Amino acid sequence: MKQVAYFHPVLRCVHWLMATAILIMLFIGVVMVSTVSSLHHLLIAIHKPLGIMILVLVIVRLWLRFVTDTPPLPDSLPGWQRAMAHLSHWALYAMMLAQPLIGWAMLSAAGYPAALGGTLILPPIAPVDNDWYAILRPLHSVVALALFFTVMLHLAAALFHALVLRDGVFESMTGSGDDD
Amino acid sequence: MRKPLFTTRQLIARLALIAAAPVALIMLFLWGGGWLDPQRLTAGKLVSVLQQAGGEHPGYRRNHAKGVCVTGRFISNGNASELSRASVFALGETPVTGRFAIAGGNPMAPDYAAPVRSLALEFKQADGAQWRTGMNAMPFFPVASVEGFYELQVATLPDPATGKPNPKKLESFVRKHPEINQFFAWAKQNVPSSSWASDRYNSLNAFRFVDDADNDHLVRWSMVPHAEFQPISEQQKNDVDFLQNDLEQRLSQGPLKWDLVVTVASAQDSGRDASKAWPANRQTINAGTLVLTEAIEQKHGPCNDINYDPLILPDGIASSDDPLLSARSAAYAKSYNLRTREQSRQAGARL
Repeated sequence: MKQVAYFHPVLRCVHWLMATAILIMLFIGVVMVSTVSSLHHLLIAIHKPLGIMILVLVIVRLWLRFVTDTPPLPDSLPGWQRAMAHLSHWALYAMMLAQPLIGWAMLSAAGYPAALGGTLILPPIAPVDNDWYAILRPLHSVVALALFFTVMLHLAAALFHALVLRDGVFESMTGSGDDD
Repeated sequence: MRKPLFTTRQLIARLALIAAAPVALIMLFLWGGGWLDPQRLTAGKLVSVLQQAGGEHPGYRRNHAKGVCVTGRFISNGNASELSRASVFALGETPVTGRFAIAGGNPMAPDYAAPVRSLALEFKQADGAQWRTGMNAMPFFPVASVEGFYELQVATLPDPATGKPNPKKLESFVRKHPEINQFFAWAKQNVPSSSWASDRYNSLNAFRFVDDADNDHLVRWSMVPHAEFQPISEQQKNDVDFLQNDLEQRLSQGPLKWDLVVTVASAQDSGRDASKAWPANRQTINAGTLVLTEAIEQKHGPCNDINYDPLILPDGIASSDDPLLSARSAAYAKSYNLRTREQSRQAGARL
């Protein structure tokens, strides 16, 4: 494997696009289920297509992650931090992939059309079933909270690398450099 | 040992900066969900006040708890297709799963206790889109705003001391929301019908029909019964389930029918105020006939797991700017989440 200092430029681009989309999505989710203002309707209309966009992006991203070279963590990093970094990254990938699928399956179980706007409607991916919905709907909230919490940890760790350790980890995702 | 990059003070400043970003986002998240702002009206508050009024009945809807499922079809005559491109209005038939109910949160309430009945319908278009609508047998909504609806529920809750609503609270509510006087006047002279089959059900809220050329038309709709109106008989007053018994008896003799009548707003009509009826001379279009053929007990019926969210709409029907619509949608979803969970527990969840 080639030793690189930066993530692939496309991967860096997808990372920041997804970071923005996921944060917006989490805020949309928490506001839309609580508010009774007309924001409710608008946010739901955004939530579904944005969720599908994130699903498509995470699939592209996982593929890129496997086919491109990734910069190694610096040797100065203690073992437990290394383990935490790997664990949180795979947890993030798992949740980014699972959350839109849970949302889609949840709509299917409730018998709601998964409408993305206009005449575009996705097919159901779960049977119409009260028991499934009763599990998937709270699961969607639990994963959202876990995802939000992990993203906050990820953000704090990234800033720690950028502002305190200054070991190039933060730059591997923000840098404009190209290894090729 | 590596030489430290920063002095202690610099390090503390940097760590504070690192903590600030996630802490700010977490606060914003909590604020977004309404946790930092207990005064804000949320879907949870709406549902819990309805629950206080109707009592706790796990597994049932928080409002319109008592009802019965019905199935049938809508036969469109194509007349409304000029106003809306929704395929339900093209010439042809659409299967329908519906629910008749009475207002209130008590699924055991006697039918005569609630003079206002409702009909909810789910039209399943062949293209996978759905039109869900919850209609009520009153000509307009009691209040114009979500806050008004919430305050009305709070004002009419029984006082713990007397077991009855406090008239002073209702008085101060009426001062704040005088539009409700119109509703009281209607309720006073309203004679409840003897049958779900002979009631006229109204969308109350305004919606927009969108035509092929993307033009909007502000509309309301009603299901106008074919069955003739008759007031409740003395015999029916002794039967707590007279509506359901009447429905089954009528369906055993043949299908029940309603005309779907669409009322088109004039330029001076507002789509934002469901507490005002539009003048009777507005253009109306008979869009077709609803034919209901079968009634099924709700607990095991096909309507039980349907959330009749008025904002589940096919292409060609859209929300208006009526503030009540988003509130209904949010509160229905909350109620649906609660009862599906309770039902799953009651059923000893197979999963």
